[in-house]
Amino acid sequence: MIVTDRFIARTRLQDRAFSVLGATLTVGAMLFLGILLFDLARDGLSRIDWQFLTSFPSRRPGMAGVLSAWVGSLLIMLVTAVTAIPLGIAAGVYLEEYARKNWFATAIEINITNLAGVPSIIFGLMALGLFVFRFNFGQSILAGGLTLGCLILPIVIVSTREALRTIPRGMREAAYALGATRWQVARHHLLPYSLPGIATGVIIAISRAIGETAPLITIGALTFIAFLPPAPVTLDPEFAVQPLKWVWSPFTVLPIQMFNWVSRPGDDFLRNAAATGIILIGLTLTMNAVAVVLRYRMRRRIKW
Amino acid sequence: MSTILSDNPVSGGIAGSRNGGLLPPLRSRSLLGRLAERFIESGLLLAAAFSVLITGGIVFVLVSESLPFFRHVSAREFLTDRLWTPMFADPHHGIMPLVAGTLTTTAVALLVAMPVGTLIAVWLSEFAPSRLREVLKPALELLAAVPTVVYGYFAVDFVTPALQAFIPDLPTFNMLGPGIVMGVMIIPYVSSLSEDAIRAVPMLLREGSYALGAGKFTTAMRVVYPAAFSGIASAYVLAISRAVGETMIVAIAAGQQPNLSFNPLDPAATITAFIVQVSLGDLPHGSIGYQSIFAAGVTLFVMTLGFNIIGAVMRRRYRQAY
Amino acid sequence: MVTSAAPRHAAPPVHAGPARMTATPPPIPTLLDSDVVRPAPPASRAIKAQVENFSFFYSTVQALADVSLPFRERAITALIGPSGCGKTTLLRCFNRMHDLYPGNRYVGRILLHPDNLNIVAREVDPISLRMRISMVFQKPNPFPKSIFENVAYGLRLRGIRSRSELEGRIQVALEDAALWGEVKDRLRKPAYDLSGGQQQRLCIARALANEPEVLLLDEPTSALDPIATSRIEDLIVELKERVTIAIVTHNMQQAARISDYTAFMYLGKLIEYGATAEVFQNPKCKETEDYVTGRFG
Repeated sequence: MIVTDRFIARTRLQDRAFSVLGATLTVGAMLFLGILLFDLARDGLSRIDWQFLTSFPSRRPGMAGVLSAWVGSLLIMLVTAVTAIPLGIAAGVYLEEYARKNWFATAIEINITNLAGVPSIIFGLMALGLFVFRFNFGQSILAGGLTLGCLILPIVIVSTREALRTIPRGMREAAYALGATRWQVARHHLLPYSLPGIATGVIIAISRAIGETAPLITIGALTFIAFLPPAPVTLDPEFAVQPLKWVWSPFTVLPIQMFNWVSRPGDDFLRNAAATGIILIGLTLTMNAVAVVLRYRMRRRIKW
Repeated sequence: MSTILSDNPVSGGIAGSRNGGLLPPLRSRSLLGRLAERFIESGLLLAAAFSVLITGGIVFVLVSESLPFFRHVSAREFLTDRLWTPMFADPHHGIMPLVAGTLTTTAVALLVAMPVGTLIAVWLSEFAPSRLREVLKPALELLAAVPTVVYGYFAVDFVTPALQAFIPDLPTFNMLGPGIVMGVMIIPYVSSLSEDAIRAVPMLLREGSYALGAGKFTTAMRVVYPAAFSGIASAYVLAISRAVGETMIVAIAAGQQPNLSFNPLDPAATITAFIVQVSLGDLPHGSIGYQSIFAAGVTLFVMTLGFNIIGAVMRRRYRQAY
Repeated sequence: MVTSAAPRHAAPPVHAGPARMTATPPPIPTLLDSDVVRPAPPASRAIKAQVENFSFFYSTVQALADVSLPFRERAITALIGPSGCGKTTLLRCFNRMHDLYPGNRYVGRILLHPDNLNIVAREVDPISLRMRISMVFQKPNPFPKSIFENVAYGLRLRGIRSRSELEGRIQVALEDAALWGEVKDRLRKPAYDLSGGQQQRLCIARALANEPEVLLLDEPTSALDPIATSRIEDLIVELKERVTIAIVTHNMQQAARISDYTAFMYLGKLIEYGATAEVFQNPKCKETEDYVTGRFG
């Protein structure tokens, strides 16, 4: 026998040691997140109340709030979603179901892969040069929403394609064999069947956009806003209905508000920052949890 | 008998449908239908082409806005000057201090993310029970979902003070703290993609190793890890590209002074932090300061593009492996 | 074995309509062994589709070379041959399934009678064509919708909106596919709740609802157990009175049992075509003989 008992013992020991190491590291990484949540909660949880959600920013930290920031975030997300989701799904359907293998499709494909790896701040520079100055959108909600729309477009496209790819070929052939056109196949079968997958990708993309700070700072979003964008419908007879005027309004968003408070001296502002952080992280983690659950249920339900 | 069927019209192939008449006669599809089909295809094509437009826009803006800068500043000065002070009365335009800051924070982040991420990936795929893996993998991915501005806060508020307990003369702003936080943030990029690559390794390979009497650890490290390496390497490259482009953590916690230093204990500005810093001020459109952020952006873009291309090449190689 | 085949010779089911009454089914032999096959069809029948000097290329790879063969009305034509011989490829030319993938090329003609339509001609619209020619696939592939919606889909594509008409036609199609009794109380349930054999009959119902002139069957029983297989075989034999059937099969007993004509293909070429009895009992070519006697393939 070449193999000695000592050798076997060593193998066992190695395996057990690595089991412990891997589990420790994984738990450690989760613990890091836990400490972060705890740290935020300790600093900021007491600051979150009705006043905080309904007040504008202020020089006096105790009176400051995130009203303009959460309204800004909401409206920016609206513009982002309205542009990126249909565009991304359409592009995904085209690339997966229509595109023939030619140089053009390959170019678009490489381009999207690359775009997904471009740092977000570069999107901000692009938007600053194009949307803000060349198209004269200014530092508006429209410019900000489009910037984030461009940023998450690759995510939406890639997740649409992945969702479509999980549908077996037989499903397409069955529909074609009954005489469906390409669009009918996509519209009646592929999109409905891949909807949970696409939704998962869209939720992840929006949650990413909510937390984005750098590109919006780059296009010159303001850090101090003490008013709300004009409402689509007002009581003022002169401007009774102005459904899209808000898109031209300047804005701030939750992460920028938080950044602003982090960079100010004084523990009170830091507490405001922590409170904003709790709101932000609550939003993103909830969205991610929803996406995970959606993906999990989808995997259980579908058994092509 | 055989003629009965041939007498039927083309429409509705089954002789004498038993349901009150034939299906509506088949016409060739209407012109309108075909046009609609074409129209939809063109619309979808335009949507797909839009992504090219974005890339075009990025390249166009970066080039057109930084060209005036490079007319003013020679490439030689840009690459060799050891100072970056575009806003000073005596401006210097050497990008190297910013590149140094970027590379140092990236290096710190990778020193955390690569080993930890890889070990977690190996553990998840080879050691963890599959039920546990199903839970842990998405849970780890939450680390990448936390907004970076929150991480920045955490770096300043918790990690740096905690480090100061061990390194008493660590300044409030330094590259070590944000580097570590950034590293934890990109752990899931490394662990999830590596785990995918590791699990794609055929079972047969593992069985070969087990059959020779190897343990799990030896099999994982000597057989599975090398087999999955090109996939894992592309995860590393993605992590690098994330770290290089990361903005808010370093803008908040590393300081904003350009500083040609590779010492992680020093404060320094990265390329991204500089762009944020300038954007927060109110620089007139067209000034040299305004143009300098585009010059910095070009540098960043070229760096990440390089990493992305390396990553894409590796991914392609890895796909061919099995 | 013999007894299990008995119901096949029973009188047509009660729901058989007038169309079926006009044509008395020819007697079907009870023999299941490959060396005893059904007799030659009574008379040669009108040609529904004629393949003429037809070749097919997957980009540069030639998959079919100069194939010519007829598909006769009210008959089942079986395509047999070893894997990769091109039989499925030929079947999928009939409804232009190959159009879905780039780089495929048809050379020659496939004429569909009575209007002499060249199926593979570029100017023929594949969509309109697929409304005349239905297909059932190797693996049951119902849509992840209800049983009702699965059968309704083809009808809706043809613009049938009326609820009562849809319901009537769906019932007929499900009856024709011998599935009505099993599903009539759960038409709104997901099709995936059905067993494999039921799913495949649902796919047949889905194909029949379109009242196709030609029914293409691509190894329709290869994924099913023997009982489900025999039910589907019964069904196919019943259906041939109303629709021209082309079936690809790996199972030579199946070809012998149900088909009237058999085409043996090998390496992309048609080696032998004839009445099933002839091909199985009196093959003209050495390759055919080797194959049908199980010496290779």
